[in-house]
Amino acid sequence: MGMKQWTHLCKTSDLVKDSGVCALMENTQIALFYLSRPKPQVYAIDNFDPIGKANVMSRGIVGSLNDEPVVASPLYKQHFSLIDGQCLEDEGRQIAVYPARIQGGDVQLSMAIAE
Amino acid sequence: MMHKNIVVIGNGMVGHHLLEHLMAQSPDVNVTVLSSEPRLAYDRVHLSEYFSGKSAEELALANEAQYKQWQVDVLCGERVVSIDRDSKTVQTEHGKRFTYDELVMATGSYPFVPPIPGNDQEHCLVYRTIEDLEAIQASAQHATVGVVVGGGLLGLEAANALRQLGLQTHVVEFAPQLMAVQVDGAGGSLLKSKIEELGVKVHCSKATENITSGNQRRYKMCFSDGETLETDLILFSAGIRPHDELARACDLDVGERGGIVIDNYCRTSDANIYAVGECALWQQRVFGLVAPGYQMAKVVAKRLLEEGSEEQFSGADMSTKLKLMGVDVGSIGDAHATTPGAQTYTYENQPLGIYKKIVVSEDRKTLLGAVLVGDCGDYDTLLQYMLNRIELPSAPEALILPMSDAAPSLGVDALPDTASICSCHNVSKGDVVAAIDGGACDLASVKNCTKASTGCGGCSALLKNLVDSTLEQRGLEVNADICEHFAYSRQELYDIIRVEGIKQFDELLDRHGNGLGCDTCKPAVGSILASLWNDYVLKEEHLPLQDTNDTYLANMQKDGSYSVVPRVPGGEITADKLIVLGEVAKKYDLYTKITGGQRVDLFGARLEQLPEIWAELIDAGFETGHAYGKSLRTVKSCVGESWCRYGVKDSVSMAIFLENRYKGLRAPHKIKMAVSGCTRECAEAQSKDIGVIATENGWNLYVCGNGGMRPRHADLFATDLNDEGLIRCIDRVLMFYVRTADRLQRTSVWMENLEGGLGYLKKVVVDDHLGVCDELEAQMDDIVGTYQCEWKTTLENPAALKRFRQFVNSDEPDESIQFVRVRDQISPADKTECVKAECITETEMA
Repeated sequence: MGMKQWTHLCKTSDLVKDSGVCALMENTQIALFYLSRPKPQVYAIDNFDPIGKANVMSRGIVGSLNDEPVVASPLYKQHFSLIDGQCLEDEGRQIAVYPARIQGGDVQLSMAIAE
Repeated sequence: MMHKNIVVIGNGMVGHHLLEHLMAQSPDVNVTVLSSEPRLAYDRVHLSEYFSGKSAEELALANEAQYKQWQVDVLCGERVVSIDRDSKTVQTEHGKRFTYDELVMATGSYPFVPPIPGNDQEHCLVYRTIEDLEAIQASAQHATVGVVVGGGLLGLEAANALRQLGLQTHVVEFAPQLMAVQVDGAGGSLLKSKIEELGVKVHCSKATENITSGNQRRYKMCFSDGETLETDLILFSAGIRPHDELARACDLDVGERGGIVIDNYCRTSDANIYAVGECALWQQRVFGLVAPGYQMAKVVAKRLLEEGSEEQFSGADMSTKLKLMGVDVGSIGDAHATTPGAQTYTYENQPLGIYKKIVVSEDRKTLLGAVLVGDCGDYDTLLQYMLNRIELPSAPEALILPMSDAAPSLGVDALPDTASICSCHNVSKGDVVAAIDGGACDLASVKNCTKASTGCGGCSALLKNLVDSTLEQRGLEVNADICEHFAYSRQELYDIIRVEGIKQFDELLDRHGNGLGCDTCKPAVGSILASLWNDYVLKEEHLPLQDTNDTYLANMQKDGSYSVVPRVPGGEITADKLIVLGEVAKKYDLYTKITGGQRVDLFGARLEQLPEIWAELIDAGFETGHAYGKSLRTVKSCVGESWCRYGVKDSVSMAIFLENRYKGLRAPHKIKMAVSGCTRECAEAQSKDIGVIATENGWNLYVCGNGGMRPRHADLFATDLNDEGLIRCIDRVLMFYVRTADRLQRTSVWMENLEGGLGYLKKVVVDDHLGVCDELEAQMDDIVGTYQCEWKTTLENPAALKRFRQFVNSDEPDESIQFVRVRDQISPADKTECVKAECITETEMA
């Protein structure tokens, strides 16, 4: 894998602490979650809920299950890992996860999908 | 497999129960049911509820579809007129003949009408069937005064029915006291004074000599002591007589005073004919309760299916616990201390209207019987002592003395396996334990597979104890922790937050939890914080806790769009406001539907449209409807006395008042209410968490009802309240629910799981048993005083509005939300329809 290409997505002031927002990246809807604990961290996953089939993941509740950061689908409440996008209730379901970082006041994303 | 023909005469409660047993054990058995009644079996035990609004359909135990599924031939209105035992045939009044291999007589009983001259006039009625009740209702329409002849259990129920119909009610009893069979003299006189307090006049030691026409009223009753009483309606409720005419006509053995003689197998003197229920006479006794009838049905079902079955009927315990006009009455075993050498202990509290007596054996080791009036709290324990012959404590009086520390609450562990837990369905402790060992691991599944506590419900607290204790012994103790982040139940979290004054989730997590929290504990804690401190729910520290719908103060639909529901208190709305709703719906092209809670739901709003839509609604005077919250939804009402010919109170004003008082209250789950202006109950209050029904004398309060997936008829909590008393009761009930319920537990399930049930809730709310009523009221006042319309606050708050954007970096809408048009309104398009939708849009634009 080559160097990641970081792209500016939005401002950190657009994020909501311990919750999610949605941003548009080249026609792809990205759900961005900003977790203040254990250390501040931003996560990016596809906004499309593969089970509920709607663009809503950014509106789910975030938290942890067995120390893994997760988001719960706001439609049917399945949990997806924010680390690898795996659905905890359904092995066959996964959501795309994107590397994301905070640089100064900017939120940046790499569209090379994480392995 | 032999297919014998079984014919059952009669389709009352016991006859129906027999079919249930037969079908459960052998669905392919051939059964024909012949009933003289016009309708299938219904619940006669709760017949009086017909007058408090239950319909014949609701009382029904059976329906045709069920019988069809069972493939049972049932003929209603088909009276059997003769039995030919030689040819084994029965013949009906319409000349139909049916042959049988085995015949079961479940013909029931009829009300005894004393041979008083004039007892056969138009408005002299009885109280046994729905048809009787219809006649009573018709007769009461133009009546002022009603008399019940007979002060037994049924007579008092009938008196309550007359009272509910608004009649000045009298009870005339031949014996010197009420309920002479079940209670003693002292208990009877307390019962009398309590019932008289409710406005029913009781005349004991009165023998009616004749009934003639009256001067002021329809009839005049003349008594042997020379006194008279004028009345419009007379109800005879002086006991029952077995329907044994058919048995007599075909020479089966019958008792001297009636009843078809049966043996322990419920066999009559003809081995191919059985008799069950109130028509049967076992060891010189007719059982006028449903439980023994059910036991007989079970014995017969076994016998019909298994030749030589050894299951026998061995008599029945006639102990009863009931509520007559709000007065608790309990009678256990030898209530009159007739056992030789029996000793009694009595406790009487006149100011509180409580009387308790226990009857013990000569050696004071076993309980023989008891009488309870005014407080049946000890009933379950006493019954277990009596039924299981458990050795009494050295001072037996401790069992009935109040606040006695010595009172040993009888642990379920002390009960033998044979102990009867539920007498309605004859479920023993052993049955419950077996169900748990068979895989039922909570109260609900135990109820489901044993049927325990699904009859009168009197044993619910006992059953819960037994289930809990058994699960614990099996090491299956249900983990009540809310989730992996907190080792506490919701109620414990509530207490921690309240006592420690915790205002934020992070504070609670640092002090008492671990991890980050999740979608289980976060909304639960968010709701608790709102119930206690009533902060704006979208404040920075609370926002991440809110469930999807609360986060955006709207209801997310399956395509990610939202619905909008403004509050319409009591369902009352001006034409102008209705026009505003229409205009907003039109402007934003929203799908419009009237809800069951008497308001208007607008569907299809995009996330980013919500603030704009709400700005328009709030400008027009609307407030948020909290349709998204675990909080008060609506208070439904009928028009009440302002317009309705039957209304007795202003239900709309009360509904608006209640809705405005409790709007915004966050609770473990949603809360629905309704107010009806009369007992016709057009607002369907008895299916709501809080239901209020107007009476001539005030408001009747019903609690913990539910419609939906698991319907539950609400419990009557208090009667004839004034406005202030009503509101105080609701304040306390709601706040106690908020404090003690589990997360996402509706009031109906909360009540079913509340130890001590309705009685306990009354103790807490009415008698202030826990000493918390002041606190509960103060907390409610605080919530009411700090109400805010969340949408109004949000619109004034730029930081909160920031989240109402589809994309933080673009103004484009979510293109996947697409609609098609169905019946002139929008409807979410399936993914395959999106293409179609584009075509439609193009056509429209063209």
